[in-house]
Amino acid sequence: MTAQTTDVLVIGSGFGGAIPAYYLAAAGARVTVLERGPRAAAADFAHSMRLGTYNKIVDVVQGDGVSVVAGNCVGGGSVVYFAASLRAPSFVFERHGGLGRRLWPAALTRAALDPWYDRVEEALPVTRTDWSDVSYAGGVLAAACRRAGHTCNPVPVAVDTGTCTNCNWMLSGCRFDAKRSLLLNYLPAAEAHGAEIRPLHEVQTVTPSPLPGSRYAVGYTVLDPDDYSCTAQAGVIHAKVVVLAAGAVGTPVILQRSALLLGGVPAAVGRYFSGNGDRVSVADVVEDKARSLLGLSHPDGSAYEGLPVGRPITAASYDHLDPAAPEYSRFTLQQIYFPPLTNLLPQAAGSPAWFGVEKRNMRARWRSWLTLLAMTEDDNEGTFGTVPLTGGFTRLAPGLGLGTMTYRPTSRTRGAWGRADTALREILEKDGLSRVRPWSENVADTVTAHPLGSARIGDDPATSALTDSHELRGHSGLFVTDGAAVPTSLTVNPSLTIAALAERAVATIATRAADAGVVLRRDIPLPGR
Amino acid sequence: MTGSDRRTILKALVATLAGLSVGGLDASAASASAASASAASAASESWTTQTLGAFADTLIPGERRSPGDMVIAGAVTGPGAVQAGVVTLLHSPELPVAPLLPAIAALLDARAVAYAALRLIWLSPSRPPFVGLSFADRTALVGGLFDPDDLDRPIWQVMSLLVGLAFDTAGQQDTVEALAQGHPGLTWLRFPEPDADGLWRFPDFSYGRPLAALHPNTTASGSPA
Ligand SMILES: Cc1cc2nc3c(=O)[nH]c(=O)nc-3n(C[C@H](O)[C@H](O)[C@H](O)COP(=O)(O)OP(=O)(O)OC[C@H]3O[C@@H](n4cnc5c(N)ncnc54)[C@H](O)[C@@H]3O)c2cc1C
Repeated sequence: MTAQTTDVLVIGSGFGGAIPAYYLAAAGARVTVLERGPRAAAADFAHSMRLGTYNKIVDVVQGDGVSVVAGNCVGGGSVVYFAASLRAPSFVFERHGGLGRRLWPAALTRAALDPWYDRVEEALPVTRTDWSDVSYAGGVLAAACRRAGHTCNPVPVAVDTGTCTNCNWMLSGCRFDAKRSLLLNYLPAAEAHGAEIRPLHEVQTVTPSPLPGSRYAVGYTVLDPDDYSCTAQAGVIHAKVVVLAAGAVGTPVILQRSALLLGGVPAAVGRYFSGNGDRVSVADVVEDKARSLLGLSHPDGSAYEGLPVGRPITAASYDHLDPAAPEYSRFTLQQIYFPPLTNLLPQAAGSPAWFGVEKRNMRARWRSWLTLLAMTEDDNEGTFGTVPLTGGFTRLAPGLGLGTMTYRPTSRTRGAWGRADTALREILEKDGLSRVRPWSENVADTVTAHPLGSARIGDDPATSALTDSHELRGHSGLFVTDGAAVPTSLTVNPSLTIAALAERAVATIATRAADAGVVLRRDIPLPGR
Repeated sequence: MTGSDRRTILKALVATLAGLSVGGLDASAASASAASASAASAASESWTTQTLGAFADTLIPGERRSPGDMVIAGAVTGPGAVQAGVVTLLHSPELPVAPLLPAIAALLDARAVAYAALRLIWLSPSRPPFVGLSFADRTALVGGLFDPDDLDRPIWQVMSLLVGLAFDTAGQQDTVEALAQGHPGLTWLRFPEPDADGLWRFPDFSYGRPLAALHPNTTASGSPA
């Protein structure tokens, strides 16, 4: 049997994987994308919470002290995400964290990344929204902000707002193709240039290739579409260049498993994991107060009762992003919707906090809940432990896994959460508008949909696994371009930053491919142009 | 049941879960090993169901189905997790937990026995120990299962997630169908109805007017500067 070979092998098809896959394919390289999850499209995305639907394309990975929600399908997180598309504020790039010196590579500032942000905003594309796009829930946050003396902005989204039906089923994938996921831009454009995307291919290892002309050999198993914990076959593909983009929970585990065979990986692999400082709360809104204090009502006469209505993210306050304020005191407050599968998490009044009679009473007011996400400055304190047998975690069921990450929030992170909680209360509890109820850590610990930093870029080899060009230190031609590369929490949703960094990383990836003899065209336009 | 017995169950559970997840064990072998390790082989299906029903009722209480209902403690009127179909969900073919349920129930009953012994609570031998506890005692016991240093905490975390899925999402059923049949949990939440084609759309979704000043440092695309 002849060995399988390719020029560029991409692991994972989310933001970090899709973007290099497109550029390298468009430039003329043979590109293969191995993706653990299945391939689905609009017609497959059901408006249903039945087990066996959404949990086929999204995973909850429970670690010790943190649970991560992440996409598991072609297109990765972009298929199930809420499409809030924000640039990270300038001060984020200057952060020092617990180390006391600048964490981002010297070459990277907000100004340096802006041209790459521009490209992504054009490619997806991102829509600047207005008040007419803001849901009832976002409206309550905005009106409460104004009343408390704050500003509030409609949130830009990678959504065609003309097509969007405001159905609020974004976690299940967009049934109407209104969400501009990677399935509608970079990935089909990559395929149009010959890239091959193989779904249900789970990468296990990356090792040096014995094959002349190839640098790395990537070992994978093929997953059964009905039971991801069953394996049908295995294989190896040899490549000149490898781009690891299995997400911040997947990438470090592949590298850890491969460490011995690769002759060692940087010590920073599997360390400095961040949940983007995510902190979720529910405000239990008093309907009468929404009317009397905020002057709100909708056509059917109710004041709010709008939790399930609209897009999941429509409004946010940037008032606590003061560049002059000390680190760990800055955050974005954002309105967000989670489907009722997270209803277990908010704390009710009284004891016990998260279950029992009071909690059931609180559920009866579900339509009047306002869910809020604070994205704060955390301490990158997560670490990855013992490598599981296969994959990135031990799969317990479709959509549910036991991960190997441990997260013990430091006092600085807890302080940052506390400041966000206080600000939220000042806005939403003013004059009894609502009672703010943070998510309990009892059931799922800290929950994040924004895993970052487990193999990060930086200038200091001791604390960063990658150079500022996203190349794994000591391993020429092996790149990491997903959320794992992002060195700090961002105080905003991370997809646009991950995408912009991936755009920026393409030049060096192309150089390494050219070094290995792949003939490439230059000046590739944006997908679809 | 001693501490080391409990640890044995846990090990069996974890091994079974791991085995299942890599396809190393078939379901009946998993069930047999977990059950024998737990010394719960005598526990009949109905004891398991009763114990897990009572656990679910502690998290999301409901009203008794009949005057003699012991599984549901009857702390409230109206529906709870049991009415919402938690038992069906736990046996859902989408989930590999079914073979483990007897061991998980045995683990909870073991905790109930220990809890009762410490407090000199008499438990009738005619029903599962956890079912024999009052609602207040069930609540206190379950709260303790989530102590950060409790060895079994991950098991209870997964189990509570499943209880929530039954009540809050009707996870055992298609949502459109569940709403049409008046699923007790979705009805309790007042989950909205879909359009006639079974899809949701909200033409009325916005107050549609400016509700706050924008931040002065906002970029052209709407991001923070
Ligand atoms: C419910 C939800 C809502 C979100 N909303 C927003 C939002 O509004 N705005 C925002 O900016 N961000 C949002 N995010 C976060 C955003 O989706 C992620 O930050 C982003 O997708 C991360 O990109 P990535 O390339 O790092 O990884 P991913 O997009 O997670 O892609 C990694 C891919 O690798 C695959 N993979 C993993 N392991 C392997 C393996 N061993 N072999 C092969 N393939 C593998 C995965 O299946 C996945 O497809 C949301 C996330 C979720 C889950």
